[in-house]
Amino acid sequence: MKEKLHQLKLKYQGKKMAPAFNALHTFLYTPNETTHSGAHVRGADDLKRTMNTVILALVPCLLFGMFNAGYQHYSAINGFPESFSLFDHFLTWDNFLVGITTVLPLVIVSYGIGLGIEFLFAVIKGHEVEEGYLVTGMLVPLIVPVDTPLWMLAIAVAFGVVIGKEVFGGTGMNILNPALTIRAFLFFAYPTWMSGDKVWVHGAVERAGTADAISGETVLGSLAQGSDYSYSLADMFYGFIPGSVGETSTLLIILGGLFLVFSKIASWRIMVSAVVGALAMGLIFNGIVDAGWLPEYSKFYTLMSFPYWQHLLVGGLAFGIVFMATDPVTGSQTNKGKWYYGFFIGFLSVMIRVFNPGYPEGVFLAILLMNVFAPTIDHYVVRGNIKKRLKRFKTATIYPNASDEVDSLKTETA
Amino acid sequence: MSKDIRIRKGLNINLVGAAKQTVSKAVTSNVYALNLDDFHGITPKMLIKQGEEVKAGEPLFYNKNNEEMHFVSPVSGELVEIVRGARRKILTLKILADKEQNYMINKVPDLDTADGEAIKSYLLHCGGWPFIKQRPYDVIADPSVTPKAIFVSGYATAPLAADPDFVLKDKEQEIQAAIMGLSKLTPGKIHVSIGKSSRSPFNDIKGIELHKVSGPHPAGLVGTQINKIDPVNKGETVWTLSPQDLVMVGELLLTGKFNAERIVALAGSVIKEPKYYTTKIGAEISTFLYASGVNEDRFRLINGDVLTGTKTNTEGHLGFYNNTVTAIPEGDDYEFFGWNKPVFDKISTTRALTFSWLLPKKKYDLDTNTNGEHRAFVVTGQYEQVFPMDIYPLQLLKACMVKDLDEMEQLGLYEVAPEDFSLTEFICISKQPHQQIIREGLDLLQKELG
Repeated sequence: MKEKLHQLKLKYQGKKMAPAFNALHTFLYTPNETTHSGAHVRGADDLKRTMNTVILALVPCLLFGMFNAGYQHYSAINGFPESFSLFDHFLTWDNFLVGITTVLPLVIVSYGIGLGIEFLFAVIKGHEVEEGYLVTGMLVPLIVPVDTPLWMLAIAVAFGVVIGKEVFGGTGMNILNPALTIRAFLFFAYPTWMSGDKVWVHGAVERAGTADAISGETVLGSLAQGSDYSYSLADMFYGFIPGSVGETSTLLIILGGLFLVFSKIASWRIMVSAVVGALAMGLIFNGIVDAGWLPEYSKFYTLMSFPYWQHLLVGGLAFGIVFMATDPVTGSQTNKGKWYYGFFIGFLSVMIRVFNPGYPEGVFLAILLMNVFAPTIDHYVVRGNIKKRLKRFKTATIYPNASDEVDSLKTETA
Repeated sequence: MSKDIRIRKGLNINLVGAAKQTVSKAVTSNVYALNLDDFHGITPKMLIKQGEEVKAGEPLFYNKNNEEMHFVSPVSGELVEIVRGARRKILTLKILADKEQNYMINKVPDLDTADGEAIKSYLLHCGGWPFIKQRPYDVIADPSVTPKAIFVSGYATAPLAADPDFVLKDKEQEIQAAIMGLSKLTPGKIHVSIGKSSRSPFNDIKGIELHKVSGPHPAGLVGTQINKIDPVNKGETVWTLSPQDLVMVGELLLTGKFNAERIVALAGSVIKEPKYYTTKIGAEISTFLYASGVNEDRFRLINGDVLTGTKTNTEGHLGFYNNTVTAIPEGDDYEFFGWNKPVFDKISTTRALTFSWLLPKKKYDLDTNTNGEHRAFVVTGQYEQVFPMDIYPLQLLKACMVKDLDEMEQLGLYEVAPEDFSLTEFICISKQPHQQIIREGLDLLQKELG
């Protein structure tokens, strides 16, 4: 097998299809490439390993999302179980079957369309297929509502990959997070689909208007309408609530985040500062409510009075902080800059969430906004270093006292 | 007086096959070669023709930009071949050595009374000058510029590098002479760094500022030490010498003889019996390689250490500046699912199913496989973990890649040499050629501004 593939690689060398073949080949085997210049030995990590680590951290969220799809579906029809038991009501075959039939197609479409475009661009442009989409392709099904039509997802993925990434030059060159570009495209192109109380539960849209109509409002949706929600804090923490496929379980997101921080793949600075930012904004809102500056009939009252720390449990905030804000390409690249970048993501997420009239969620908008500002943050951080160097330059000891003889020699040879 | 420098950021790459601290005399080489690529940026003008005889220490060629800067023959014999490449560029000079070595004896300046100009002129004409390198640009020092200080690193942290304390043993006299001579070339100090608890001969040398360094690689790189002691600013120049070259300069100043002899560490997992050999600059590596024996048929032979050395082969010759020769296995083989299975036998700074963090003392047998393909820069914050200088490495690399001269200058390209980026290159997830990028950036900056 190894030999055969090696022969095939030599056969394809220099041909148009070489990038496509190499992508598959390097998926099976790390290449036989050796060092040519510089350091003769290299570290063990490559981009594939890095991306793979992020995917590993996402797998629990995906599996949970599958079960939750079924759980929300059946609970919407039959009512939530009175005494909840994990194995009797959640980790059941019925739930899993719903998950498999709703979530898996999302994953397949996301990877199929996205990787297809990546391969196409690689072959046309003659560069290797880069691994960036491995993570994006996994993130996309996790941040969309479970009943997103596949054709919508396909169009959004095509848009996100081409406009969000490939036009800038591919992995490593993009300005906006591709997964969030896809999410934003869905939201702005199909706003009626992407909000409301129907898309979060499988089957709700088809049944709308019939006698069997079901609905499932997200916690934030309920809050935005000033109505109450029926989920306990534990439900919100463990993730037994409606929402986008992978975003609900704060517990599993925290575990994934810890794994990424431990493996040194994602920046803990961004995660910590984003949490701090979100708490800060939440506290400000709570403070406004407590001070009595906001009348109770205000449409922002319920969201603003929502306890500040619970913002982290609902919606996509935790998921966004751990998996989206930490994207190294679109985030701040300096360690100092990461603090500011993360803080503003948390801060703005909660702000947009509260004030957005159409849709009570702001994480993806906040992260996209900060993606745009990340280079500016870095610019000022790097300026700081440059200024420090310039300051040193003022006391520089330069010896221009070279002898005349050497000077003349210098002009001669110049 | 000594000052302590503690480096926290960095990474020690522990490899199998460190040289045992015993010295053997290498078999005398028949042919000696000078590889002109060792002298970066020098355009040679030949002083003797092919077929002519030279003495050891007699000039072979001079620097086109400075006629006084002579490069001398390491041995006496006949210049048998001038190997040329594209556009008749001289690549290598080969000298067939005499059985009896004749040395050219230069008239030695009196170290106590001679002034800087006399020392400078002596070193330029007698072949001692090329050992002095300068920053900015990491090239052979420009004699028309007076440096603000001279730096010597007597501490080696690079993987499998020769131990300076061992190879400098009993060389105090030469070192002292070199320091006395060099001190006349700068109004500033001569900074020497040694390991924290080392029994370095530098402990007893007068006229230097001694620094004690501790911490992981790149604590031993002179660039790191410059950055911590007295960083190079725009317009400033510092000179650097390796301690073994200091010995050669010292001997040249004491005896008037260019003695190309040095102790070289032969190391690496491929070597059966890694140890030290006494040999000469330009000697055939095979003269001592096979005395230690090799385990494998196919291996990578490196002039220098595994991070900064240059690739050579069994017909190659010892480089002008090298005191380490390393042999490691070639890694041109495929690895099944190498990108996702747990890794125990390679070094990594992450913990992404890589387990080198569990065993910091373990010695690894690394090969030359890149462990992945070349990609655009993606991950951030990794280089900073192993880069102790007050410089933004990623931003500087990018400035060099887009040839933004202002940015290169502002971000501190003056302070660095390619070797300072060897460790970031080692850990680079995108497998970017950092040292090459920095080298090209330095060349561009020198061309445009220098």
